[in-house]
Amino acid sequence: MSTTATAPTGHAGGKPTQIKPYTMNFGPQHPAAHGVLRLVMELNGEIVERCDPHIGLLHRGTEKLIEYKTYQQAIPYFDRLDYVSPMCMEHAFVLGVENLLRIKPPPRAQYIRVLFSEITRILNHILSITTGALDVGAITPALWGFEEREILMEFYERVSGARLHANYFRVGGVAWDLPAGLTDDIWEYTEKFPKFVDDLDNLLTENRIFKQRTVDIGVVSKEQALDWGFSGPMLRGSGVAWDLRKSQPYEVYDRMEFDVPVGLTGDCWARYLVRMEEMRQSNRIIRQCLKELPDGPVRTQDRKVAPPPRGEMKRSMEALIHHFKLYTEGFHVPAGETYTAIEAPKGEFAVFLVSDGSNRAYRCKIRPPGFAHLQGLDFMSKGHMLADAVANIASMDIVFGEIDR
Amino acid sequence: MTEEALKELGDHIASRLGDDVLKVEIKLGELIAIVRRPAIVKALTFLRDDTNCRFEQVMDITAVDYPEREERFEVVYNLLSLKHNQRIRVKVTTDEDTPVPSVVSVYSAANWFERETWDMFGVFFSDHPDLRRILTDYGFEGHPFRKDFPLTGYVEVRYDEEQKRVVYEPVKLTQDFRTFDFLSPWEGMTNVMLPGDEKAQAPNTGNTTGSKP
Repeated sequence: MSTTATAPTGHAGGKPTQIKPYTMNFGPQHPAAHGVLRLVMELNGEIVERCDPHIGLLHRGTEKLIEYKTYQQAIPYFDRLDYVSPMCMEHAFVLGVENLLRIKPPPRAQYIRVLFSEITRILNHILSITTGALDVGAITPALWGFEEREILMEFYERVSGARLHANYFRVGGVAWDLPAGLTDDIWEYTEKFPKFVDDLDNLLTENRIFKQRTVDIGVVSKEQALDWGFSGPMLRGSGVAWDLRKSQPYEVYDRMEFDVPVGLTGDCWARYLVRMEEMRQSNRIIRQCLKELPDGPVRTQDRKVAPPPRGEMKRSMEALIHHFKLYTEGFHVPAGETYTAIEAPKGEFAVFLVSDGSNRAYRCKIRPPGFAHLQGLDFMSKGHMLADAVANIASMDIVFGEIDR
Repeated sequence: MTEEALKELGDHIASRLGDDVLKVEIKLGELIAIVRRPAIVKALTFLRDDTNCRFEQVMDITAVDYPEREERFEVVYNLLSLKHNQRIRVKVTTDEDTPVPSVVSVYSAANWFERETWDMFGVFFSDHPDLRRILTDYGFEGHPFRKDFPLTGYVEVRYDEEQKRVVYEPVKLTQDFRTFDFLSPWEGMTNVMLPGDEKAQAPNTGNTTGSKP
């Protein structure tokens, strides 16, 4: 991108250079836009003066579709929101429905959910950091990172049958138990994983070019972060020690030992450092989950919510009826409303669920963290160079599946 | 947070905001305050600045559509207090024509959330700096998340090879739109008399087959 297209450059005739502010269209198809983002930017030379994101190119009306589906049928839609961290999205929804039903999953299911939430967090952060590095000019991290992601997605595949759109969590537990040998393999992986983070660390953290592109870029103060509704690493990068896993623990996070990293400077580099440390902490949580993983059922025994095992259906008429009812009509959720939030890798992901007592949600509002972050792009990029806007987008960890819904 | 602390906070809010709060309740362990529509800016400013509240972040603004009500929309603000580790849900009601005062002056984050609510539900926010559509297509008509908006929408788009541009056409469904009413047929039948039902309710005269004299 050069400014010469509209502005005369040089000092021809001894006159100072005049650069007209002009409007530039960024995207919707741009590799650094992390999806279908269209930015209408007002540039003064190469300095961003205003930046107006146009979103909604991936809007599918998920919330409306969910209103027409039973609760069980709604879960796969959540995989498709933030497709980089699918299981965390499911997690928020099943917790919301469980809140309305006033049921709790058995302990083993809770541990499995936390285990896979943290695997998901690592999956997400690897993609976020390495593609972010790609945006500012480093290619190797992305190549290394995708290899690690492949291993982690294999765990996804072994547990759910799908590498991305897992549809593994269920209201009242998880779909089925872990396959034999999976815990050992994950354990083995967690022993090797810190080495990968260290390698990434060596490549990026003190890299001169990387620091030139991220330090003091997109500085968000504490007050701004609160005012703009930031959450997750965007909030912690600005020095606010806030993690829903600590402050409002759900599932078994209160039994886990982990630290919450906090950034000092609030720039892109601080957010990068927070994500790096979160991967190490996630690794710790995974190891604790595997160590403490109890035996027992992985789904609630309430037959009005979870189907009976196949063997029982062959003998018991009641079990057969339960199965039939669950897979046609679905279960009914008592009338009420709840705002259930989880600490998704990108920030506070929440589901505002309104039930009217029937088998479908009356309203299911999804609160994506990226939506709030992206509207901060304008103030974060103001006064920066055009290329820094790209670094800002990368440090926000934007995924359009969840922003456009 | 315990239920008691929530109740205390609810009482505090109700007493300080006086008539502007219509109702404070706790449901499923979540604090809900229903506020008069003109007072929403005042209420949220109070909730943000009061030392016992300190709801510094607005996490979400959305609406829920109840077409059968007189004021069909419920605009819902979900606030979060980092200081007290507390959440509150503030609600106002409105209809299609009455604007809700915008709270962008209180929380900058409200900007896009209100734009989305306008786009999806057609709830109008007065004094909003930039109330454009946000998620739907350029030039879209209607408000898709209203309950009376069909799931399939009204128009579909395709690229027209002859005109060399994207064209909008009315939705053509290749098969009928299917809605499944999964609700159990027999649960709705409690007050219906079917032929033969009267026998079950007939007084036992002792005249049945087994007890003939």
